[in-house]
Amino acid sequence: MADRVAAVPRALLDRTMAPMVPATLFMVLLFIYPFLYGLLLSFTPQHGDWLANYRKFFTADNLWPTIWTTMRLALPVTLINVGLALPIAFKMRSKTRYQRFVTTVLVIPVSLGTVMIAEGMLTYFGPKGWLAQIVGVLHLYDGRIHLTHNYWGVMISLVISGFPFAFLLILSYITGIDPALARAAATLGAGRSAQFRHIYLPLLAPGLAMCFCLAFVQSFTVFPSAVLLGAPAGPTRVISIAAYEAAFEQYDYSLASAIAMVMGFVQLLVITVVLASRSLFYRGPAVGGKG
Amino acid sequence: MSATGGVAGAAPPQQRRRDRRRDVARSWFDHAWGAFLWGVMALFLINIGAIIAAVATNSFASRWLGTWLPEGWTTRWYFAAWKEFQLSSVLWVTVEIVGAVVALALIIGVPAAYTLARRDFPGKRLVMLLFLLPLMVPPITYGIPLATVLYRLHLAGTMNGVIIANLIPAAPFVILVMTPFIEQIDRNLELAARVFGAGTLKMFWYVLVPLLAPGILAASLLVLVRTIALFELTFLTAGPDSQTLVVTLYYAVFAAGVRAPQSIDAMAVIYMVVTLVWLLIAMRFVDPTQLVSRVKEHPRRT
Repeated sequence: MADRVAAVPRALLDRTMAPMVPATLFMVLLFIYPFLYGLLLSFTPQHGDWLANYRKFFTADNLWPTIWTTMRLALPVTLINVGLALPIAFKMRSKTRYQRFVTTVLVIPVSLGTVMIAEGMLTYFGPKGWLAQIVGVLHLYDGRIHLTHNYWGVMISLVISGFPFAFLLILSYITGIDPALARAAATLGAGRSAQFRHIYLPLLAPGLAMCFCLAFVQSFTVFPSAVLLGAPAGPTRVISIAAYEAAFEQYDYSLASAIAMVMGFVQLLVITVVLASRSLFYRGPAVGGKG
Repeated sequence: MSATGGVAGAAPPQQRRRDRRRDVARSWFDHAWGAFLWGVMALFLINIGAIIAAVATNSFASRWLGTWLPEGWTTRWYFAAWKEFQLSSVLWVTVEIVGAVVALALIIGVPAAYTLARRDFPGKRLVMLLFLLPLMVPPITYGIPLATVLYRLHLAGTMNGVIIANLIPAAPFVILVMTPFIEQIDRNLELAARVFGAGTLKMFWYVLVPLLAPGILAASLLVLVRTIALFELTFLTAGPDSQTLVVTLYYAVFAAGVRAPQSIDAMAVIYMVVTLVWLLIAMRFVDPTQLVSRVKEHPRRT
């Protein structure tokens, strides 16, 4: 017993532990500490009692509706991105030239980032852009198309940046599943859809849940495209815009921290729900074979 | 039909015909579904291409109003953008910030990855969580409290503040990319170095770093590409003298109408060229899926 107690500090002061110290210290000081600081700050408002910021958030007409505005964007976008990425990634799961080509091309919008996509969309989807001309030539729609400075602009930009992300993530999960499992099912007479339903889907469930969560939190914190492509005063006044305005336009860091905490809490809530429902599925190794 | 083949042959002809019809229907459905998915993909890629092409075309256009192609071509917007947005200093700031972030992320990330790959210790899962969270939590969520702290410390608005902010996702990213590379290295090499009297630093420099060169290259390229495009953290912490290219682009688009759209598009093209050149270089060494999925969670068996 005494040995065990003594063993713990010795294990922690080993020389192979030293390399980890700077990174751990850095993360604690600059990730954990600001978060706790923000949490405390949100309970010490500029005026009023300790809950004043949160009371203000949930009563002010320009603050609490931002949660629904953001949800109305983030949830459909996440469903579209994951829902499209799953079948397409499944179709491309075998290593071919197409797979390499498509993954390389899809990395481009991810790497360019949302600001660049917003600028591109303003040029391309704008009233005199190519899309308006194509639609005009083909007589698909006679009125003017409005795809920028509204809800749809933000929605499309979130699909453009989010779909490649979801696709690449799901693809990396799918290619991690041993194809021998599906072949084994095929020899037992399972068709392609049966293989998908009974082999791939259960093995993918944890990865899909993770992908859904990551895609959701990304769209939930949309900022540049909501400002540049949306209507930041009205229909796309998302929660991150409210937090930004509180911090950098009103200089009320306390309120801004409170909004950031609410934002984090909503994300946590959705993630908890998704991961809890994940436990309804199979858990186990995704690679077959012995050992 | 022989006696052994009689089992399959025993099915009545109507049922066989029904089976065949079902197979035909299923294969038709498979084809339609496949075509639909390829169509979605093609539509997506074509539109991405058109978005990029539209920006590039506009940046070279002398006048472009409602026609398929501009009336004339010019390169003067590039000179205009270079001067208006002070791109030479913005690019220099970007190089300094990205370079510092990559170097510092490697310096603190690789050793940490070494410990995490080699050691088991109480609380390891907690430490792993500490390094995973900054990659999962979106930058805006922790960026606002972080910016508040950095403002209190008078670091926000300076280059150092921007570098520190960008390190928060970069260092964990290096750790997660490097861990599998370190796990592949034979432990006996380290032990041999120790036997010959090398300290931890010497062992790192003469044994591990040369062996890890491919991993370090991959990690630094991935961090580089991500840091160039990382908007939120720089936006929240940068001052006028510490803006990177992507933040300058944001402000230009935000204040659209002040400058000619072609001039903004010229800067956008410069930004794209910078990003895509590094992306192309990175693609030679890493798998595209690594840019989003951080680690190969299931190493492929061969």
